[in-house]
Amino acid sequence: MLESVRDLLPIIAVIAFFQLLILRQPIPDFGGLVIGTILVILGLTLFIHGLKVGLFPIGESMAHDFARKGSLLWLLAFAFALGFGTTVAEPALIAVADEAAKVAATGGMIEKSEAAMQSYADGLRLTVALSVGLAIVIGVLRIIKGWPIQYLIIGGYIGVVIMTFFAPPEIIGIAYDSGGVTTSTITVPLVTALGVGLASSIQGRNPLTDGFGLIAFASLTPMIFVMGYGMIL
Amino acid sequence: MSYFSHFFGSLLSTLRDVLPIAIILFGFQLVILRKRIPNLRQILIGFVFVLLGLAFFLEGLEQALFPLGKLMAEQLTAPDFLGTTGGGDGDWAHYLWVYVFAFAIGFSTTIAEPSLIAVAIKANQVSGGAIGTWGLRIAVAIGVAVGISLGAYRIVTGTPLHYYIIVGYILVVIQTVFCPKTIIALAYDSGGVTTSTVTVPLVAALGLGLANNIPGRNPLLDGFGLIAFASLFPIMSVMGYAQLSEWRARRNKRSRADNERN
Repeated sequence: MLESVRDLLPIIAVIAFFQLLILRQPIPDFGGLVIGTILVILGLTLFIHGLKVGLFPIGESMAHDFARKGSLLWLLAFAFALGFGTTVAEPALIAVADEAAKVAATGGMIEKSEAAMQSYADGLRLTVALSVGLAIVIGVLRIIKGWPIQYLIIGGYIGVVIMTFFAPPEIIGIAYDSGGVTTSTITVPLVTALGVGLASSIQGRNPLTDGFGLIAFASLTPMIFVMGYGMIL
Repeated sequence: MSYFSHFFGSLLSTLRDVLPIAIILFGFQLVILRKRIPNLRQILIGFVFVLLGLAFFLEGLEQALFPLGKLMAEQLTAPDFLGTTGGGDGDWAHYLWVYVFAFAIGFSTTIAEPSLIAVAIKANQVSGGAIGTWGLRIAVAIGVAVGISLGAYRIVTGTPLHYYIIVGYILVVIQTVFCPKTIIALAYDSGGVTTSTVTVPLVAALGLGLANNIPGRNPLLDGFGLIAFASLFPIMSVMGYAQLSEWRARRNKRSRADNERN
C-alpha cells in the first residue's frame, strides 16, 4: 500500500504544481479527485499482489512444463495464441485503429463511409494482432535457439526504415505509435514470466540475457505490418 | 448509485480483457500440457486480485487523473495561455511550459505504470538484485520524459516524425555495440512496456491538444508520434544507465586497487 502511494506521488506532485502555480485554475470536483486517487492506489496494490501470486507463477510454471514436454510445435502455438489473443481485444488498439480509419478516410485512401471505415479498422486490428502473435513466436524461437537479440532487432529496425520510404505518409505516425500500444498491462507480466521461465528451464540460457526481449519484438513487428497494411490498401 | 454502476462497467470491461488470456492459459494447460496446475487455488486468487486491482485502478484513473490531466493538457496548449491568439508565429520557444509539462507528465506516469513495475520486479529477481527496481524505473521514466518533450517539440515545429525515429534507431544501434551485453534484451523490452494504461491516454491528449491549437498543424497527421518517442527513448536511457553503472563499478575497482597498492 505504502509502495503504491509512493508510485503515485510524482503524478500528484506534477498535477498540483501545474494546476496551482502555472495555470492557477481551481481544481474542479476536488472530492472526486481524492476518491479517484484512493481507488488508483488501492487498485495498484491489489494488482501488484495478484501479479506475484497469480500471473508470474502460472506464466513460469507453464514455461517449465512446455520446456519439459519438449514439443516445439505446441510451444509455438501457445506463443502465437498468447500474442494474438491478448492483442486483438486490447482497448488501446481498438482506439488507435478507429483513429487510423479516420485518417485514412480523410486522406482519401478509403471511402468516407461508416462501413468502409469499420472494415478498415477491423483489418488493421487483425493485422496488428497477427504481427504480435508472430513476434512472440519469433521471440520464443530466439530464446530456444539462443540467437543474440540485437541482430534480430536491428534487422527489424532496417525493415521499419525501408517500409517508411514506401508507406503512404498518412499511415507512418499511426504505424510508429501502434508499436507502443499493443502491449497491455496483463500481457507484459505474462509474456515476461514466459520468457524468463523458458530461459531458466533450458540449459545454457541465461534468464537475464535470453529471457527478456519478447516485448521488444511485440512492439517492433506491428510497425512493419501496419505500414504494410497501409501500402496494400 | 451511479458510482456503483460505473465501477461495474469498469469491472466488466476488465473481465473482457482478462477472459481471452485466461481461456488461452487454462485451455493449453488442460488440453495440451494435461497437468494439474500447482497451487491452483492461489493462482485463481491471484487472478481475482489482478482483475479487481485493474478495475479499481482504471476506475480511479478515469474518475480523477485522466479528466484533470486532459484538461491541463488543453489549458496549456490553449491559444490564450500560449499567447498565440490571432495566428501566432509558430516560434517553438513560446511553448516552454508545454515541454516542461511533457517532461513531468512523462516521468510521473511512467513511475506509476503497472507493467513497468512488473518488469522491474522480474529483472530484479533474475539479476539477483544487481538491477535495482527503482534504478530501472527511474532510468525508463527519464527516457520517456525526454522522449515526450522532444515529441512535443516535433509537433510544435512540424518536422517529419521519421527523421527523429531513424536517428534514434542509429543511436540505439551504436549504444548496443558499446553497452554491457546482459542488459540489451531488458533495454529493448523497456521500450514496449512504458506505454500502457496510464501514459497513453494523457500523452495522446497532449499530442491532440498541441496539434489542434498550433497554427498549421493537422491533428490527424501531427497528433500521432508521441507514443513512438516514448517507446524509443527508454531503450537509450536504460542502456545509458547500464553503461554508467558499469563505468562506476570499474572506477571503484580501480581506485580500490590503487589504494591497496599504496
